[in-house]
Amino acid sequence: MVGAAATVWPLVAQMNPDAATIAAGAPIQVDLTPIAEGQDIKVFWRGKPIYISHRTKKQIQEAQGVALSSLPDPQPDSARVKAGHDQWLVVIGICTHLGCIPIAHEGNYDGFFCPCHGSQYDSSGRIRQGPAPANLAVPPYAFLTDTKIQIG
Amino acid sequence: MSGPSDFQPSNPALKWIERRLPIFGLIHSSFVAYPTPRNLNYWWTFGAILSMMLALQILTGVILAMHYTPHADLAFKSVELIVRDVNYGWLLRNMHACGASMFFFAVYIHMFRGLYYGSYKEPREVLWILGVIIYLLMMATGFMGYVLPWGQMSFWGATVITNLFSAVPYFGESIVTLLWGGYSVGNPTLNRFFSLHYLLPFVIAGVVVLHVWALHVAGQNNPAGVEAKTEKDTVPFTPYATIKDAFGVSCFLIFFAWFIFYMPNYLGDADNYIPANPGVTPAHIVPEWYYLPFYAILRSIPNKLAGVVAMFSAIIILCFLPWLDSARTRSSKYRPLAKQFFWIFVVVCILLGYLGSQPPEGIYVIAGRILTVCYFAYFLIVLPLLARIETPRPVPNSIADDVLAKSKGRAATAASVMVALVLAGGLFAGSTQNAKAEEGGNAPPAQSWSFSGPFGKYDRGSLQRGLKVYKEVCSACHSLNYIAFRNLADAGGPGYSEAQAAALAAEYKIKDGPNDQGEMFERPGRPADYFPAPFPNEQAARAANGGAAPPDLSLITKARSYKRGFPQFVIDFFSQYQEQGPDYVDAILQGFEDKVPAGVTIPEGSYYNKYFPGHSIKMPKPLSDGQVTFDDGSPATVKQYAHDVTTFLMWAAEPHMEERKRIGMQVFFFLVIFAILMYFTKRKVWADAH
Repeated sequence: MVGAAATVWPLVAQMNPDAATIAAGAPIQVDLTPIAEGQDIKVFWRGKPIYISHRTKKQIQEAQGVALSSLPDPQPDSARVKAGHDQWLVVIGICTHLGCIPIAHEGNYDGFFCPCHGSQYDSSGRIRQGPAPANLAVPPYAFLTDTKIQIG
Repeated sequence: MSGPSDFQPSNPALKWIERRLPIFGLIHSSFVAYPTPRNLNYWWTFGAILSMMLALQILTGVILAMHYTPHADLAFKSVELIVRDVNYGWLLRNMHACGASMFFFAVYIHMFRGLYYGSYKEPREVLWILGVIIYLLMMATGFMGYVLPWGQMSFWGATVITNLFSAVPYFGESIVTLLWGGYSVGNPTLNRFFSLHYLLPFVIAGVVVLHVWALHVAGQNNPAGVEAKTEKDTVPFTPYATIKDAFGVSCFLIFFAWFIFYMPNYLGDADNYIPANPGVTPAHIVPEWYYLPFYAILRSIPNKLAGVVAMFSAIIILCFLPWLDSARTRSSKYRPLAKQFFWIFVVVCILLGYLGSQPPEGIYVIAGRILTVCYFAYFLIVLPLLARIETPRPVPNSIADDVLAKSKGRAATAASVMVALVLAGGLFAGSTQNAKAEEGGNAPPAQSWSFSGPFGKYDRGSLQRGLKVYKEVCSACHSLNYIAFRNLADAGGPGYSEAQAAALAAEYKIKDGPNDQGEMFERPGRPADYFPAPFPNEQAARAANGGAAPPDLSLITKARSYKRGFPQFVIDFFSQYQEQGPDYVDAILQGFEDKVPAGVTIPEGSYYNKYFPGHSIKMPKPLSDGQVTFDDGSPATVKQYAHDVTTFLMWAAEPHMEERKRIGMQVFFFLVIFAILMYFTKRKVWADAH
């Protein structure tokens, strides 16, 4: 029994990401200075697109002003950005429904719109409408300086 | 397979083998002497058709694997090289790609036939369940095969489908990572899909053996749904069923050849001629047509987990069919209510398929929900209920009685049903075309092309002029990566001699190296070189063109399309209309207008184009009158330029089209005669059985 399990284990475990893939998934640093207010960039980390948005005042207010009870996946805006860096939204640009890439600056909520099955996210990357069950994920990241972040 | 056979080969060598391994007896009892009901109709030939399709898919697949490279950076190119450079590669690829569609088309008929005639009822439950397992394996194989060309639809189809497993509570994310072998769909995913795509067809073949075994134990069902009792009820498999199957197969091959030779891209998606790009999601992700009904069910349920569960249940529920439908009478022929509900169910499935191809918004979502309820209601409410309340008509005493009672109008019915079926199939398949809707662009006007239709050929003059337009205008920004100078001298191409092609190549500077000093150097081009790209990489192209990289033009006429809509796509099936791409490219080149209509805003650095989706294009008007001079006196107008360069690009995308259509005509001629011969042979063989 133990022998059988031990034999099967390598056969299954080989399917997981290999050492090179894991190594290539090491943290990356992104300089924020070129991103003007209202603009965003897309960087790739671990093969996933990451949106870094420099939010406008209006977008921040919208994100903070929403009643939490009206959200399908309630989360305050403050839990989705780093304290003191309200203008920077960093989210993984993968729709939580079936993995397409939502388009920035589209949809009814000043945020993201997924062209595949019509999910709409707000300026905090929270799901507002459509089949997606959860908010856009926030990757692990930290501010190294005010204009530089490390993702991963 | 129904017990030991008394068959004895007469040849002493065969006798020697037979005594040690009774294989000839097995074949004889299973495929020669095996009693088959005499009243089987043509719907029963689909078993043979499916066996042939499986064999054909395995054969073409094994050959394609000899030329294919399962690597994320090379897969797309290797498929193009198969189609362009391998001898008859285009034929093998078309056979394999269209073959998958044909395989599913046949399996759906086979399944509906089983459903209608109650072939899943006692004692054939295991036979039916084995069939469902084959179907599931086919779906997995088909999906993984579709990923291999590594186009946009391959990549995003793989992303969406593997993400279905993320709906599993708790373990979802780990399962998906395990499937991907990375943090997203990538090279490890492609590699394992290739491995499994190669393996699964042989697993299917194994289950098919069990399926046939179970069939030969229980005996075939038949349209009357009564078991064979006496000798009079049956005829030996060979020659009766063999010849009938041969006729069915040859008719099916005609249908198959229509796709292989004349509309190989009708069932595919234009987006799959764009190499996979993990950074851009296509506007509409649509699976292949054979998955559309289930895709519609998935999307009509607003909850992710419930949607995935519903989609898988829609298939798994078939396993329970023998117990859900407990009616004694097998054949729906004698069940007036079941018969009506069966046809309603068929319509529900086709409509679900249509909805699966539509964008998930507004009325489509509501219709999808209603039809999803209908789909499950058929199995869970209608069939169990009918078994209790329906009074079936009396069934014939025996198969022999059934045969005697038949009128002669049968062939006509079969023919009309066949026509209806082809129509429905075309409609269903064509609904994918709808999915390629392009919002905000006008439909391009249909042009007359020398290469359209079954006898279409490229206009040599047009190809040569088009090459000139490409060289002098387009090549400043657009690459033509899959075209080598040698191709210009290929048969069915622009018609240059090899010396002319070599001279043209020599005009170009090609980067080569490293030399003995380890340095790169430039040398004049040779015929084997490819057209050099104007930019060293995508980023450079993007930077030089205001953020929008000019696409490669080798496949552009196949990678672009526009919405044809109903009923146009049905007509397209019969008229062999395949020129959406050229029409679109031609229209774009002529669609620039300086005056932007009211209500349309064009951002800085973009231009208004009437036919471009969204109207705002980054490419400035490329062609103007008099820009290129032709030696042959053709008018130097934008209209002429657009027409010629589009013809040239169509050839670049489909260099073997002339050969394809020529061989197609020969194959058709052969198949039609073969089918007619088969039909009369079948009549002769069956003359005494009716």
